[in-house]
Amino acid sequence: MLSACADPKSIEGLTWAFCYLTSGKHLAFYWSFGTVLLLLAITAPAALLFGFGGATAARSPFAPARIFGKTYIAMVRGVPDIVFFLFFVIALDQGIEYIKYLAVCPPGTPSPWQGLEFRVCQEAKVPLGTSSEFWHNAYGFMLAVVTFAIVFGAFTANVLFGAMQAVPRAQLETAEAYGMSHGQVFRRILVPQMWVYALPGLSNLWMILIKATPLLFLLGVEDIVYYARELGGSKTQAYEYPHGDWRLIYFLGLMVFYLVMTRLSEVVLTRLSARLSKGQATAAGEAMRKAAA
Amino acid sequence: MSMTCWETVQAYGLRSLGIGEKLLPRTDFTVCQQFTLIGSGLLWNIYFGVLALAFGFFLANALALAKASRSPWTRKPAEWFIFVFRGSPLFIQFFLAYEALVMLPRAGIEIFGLTVQTAWTTRAWAGALFVLFLNTSAYSAEIFYGALRSIPKGDLEAAEAYGITGWQKFRRIQWPTMLRLGWPAYTNEAIFLFHATTLVFFSGFPAFSQQGDALYYANYFADKTFNPFIPYPIVGFYFILLTLLVTLLFGRINRHLNRYLPQNQKSRIRLRPQVIR
Repeated sequence: MLSACADPKSIEGLTWAFCYLTSGKHLAFYWSFGTVLLLLAITAPAALLFGFGGATAARSPFAPARIFGKTYIAMVRGVPDIVFFLFFVIALDQGIEYIKYLAVCPPGTPSPWQGLEFRVCQEAKVPLGTSSEFWHNAYGFMLAVVTFAIVFGAFTANVLFGAMQAVPRAQLETAEAYGMSHGQVFRRILVPQMWVYALPGLSNLWMILIKATPLLFLLGVEDIVYYARELGGSKTQAYEYPHGDWRLIYFLGLMVFYLVMTRLSEVVLTRLSARLSKGQATAAGEAMRKAAA
Repeated sequence: MSMTCWETVQAYGLRSLGIGEKLLPRTDFTVCQQFTLIGSGLLWNIYFGVLALAFGFFLANALALAKASRSPWTRKPAEWFIFVFRGSPLFIQFFLAYEALVMLPRAGIEIFGLTVQTAWTTRAWAGALFVLFLNTSAYSAEIFYGALRSIPKGDLEAAEAYGITGWQKFRRIQWPTMLRLGWPAYTNEAIFLFHATTLVFFSGFPAFSQQGDALYYANYFADKTFNPFIPYPIVGFYFILLTLLVTLLFGRINRHLNRYLPQNQKSRIRLRPQVIR
């Protein structure tokens, strides 16, 4: 903290604004934008992985795997995804504590589901009651990430499944005629070609993922929505920086942040789509060829 | 005191509207109670969804036309409106609208000597409905705009060859074709608008005397019983029913819009998740 900001009540004007915007709480607010970006950075590849697994399972000749894959894809249709968000966070938390309960609680402890409570012995708490606040936050964040990955994995699986179906049959049949095995056709022909068909769907999902990040707040993570509400609320003279209700301004700030994020993504994804369409046997690729000629 | 399931339905069936039992159940939760209360909350989801769609349809048409117009004076505002509402999370839009509405003067606004009350705008039934209306208008406008642009060139040329121009051309050729081409995507928009209504009571708009939507009650039960495995699947069940109903209804309209086309040219509705906004 700067020495000029030592006594906030005695300063005003630009200095006040500067000191206000660099207060400890505000720095935490700026860091929470990092939380959102971190969530995006972890969830996007994780969801892609889950989605790839789901789509592959849904195409499997082995019936149980196929049923699992199809159920996973169907899961998110018809039901609002926020239901899944609220559900998985509790379900995962209880599941983890239950497994730990089986492992570490002394024999004879009653089942954790007691009437209206879910309670495991002290040693089985996740994280332990004695751990630092950092671990509590990290655990909450991890639950949120896994939940996001499961839900968005299902959406991704849907897109990738469609993209795999869209690869022309003749391509796969030709590969089989050359004597390639199932695995080889999958790795060498299907997977490299499916991305151009998957890109529109995946871009759409990326936009949705960006716009889903405020749900972190609902899952109990101290994200940008949390801080915007905390900092914006009116502050009495008891606080260092008293002010009226500024939540509207903070939320306008968040809105601008999201608009910039989606706009930037749109620009990048349009370029990527042009890159991937180059030389492809699709309408977009054909249009590019014609434009060049 | 235990109630039969029918008594529970009588006590809580319209609880979300403030009719029936005053207090929510606190102990001895039954599955019947959960089904009844969550179903009662679904009335709010239907209210928000149906009205937002009904009003939004008209604004969406106007916005789509404005975005397709040549004059920048009408095009630019429409483009910005659509960009702002499609580019930011609905969650934030709810928060923002609520904070803005709370700032209106408590005592009401004087217009020509009449005092217009403002307190009701911060209630979910009005404020949240307004946000959902603007939001679905923006999403639908983008769909209709896309449809407007993909009307086959030949259709318009044929109309002009018959001497149909201006307003006549729009009303008899462009508009019906736009609806027909955009309808499958619009069906998806309707489904996901209903899903989006579950955000209302989680984002700024408080529920008064515990009158909330389906997810509000499911969350209440999950909090009280520490058991997410019953209430959330019940919400899921209700929403699958609602989704089927919307698909059926919009499918009927789709058939009507496609009625004059040969079998192989009719467009089909396919469910595509576009989810959270």
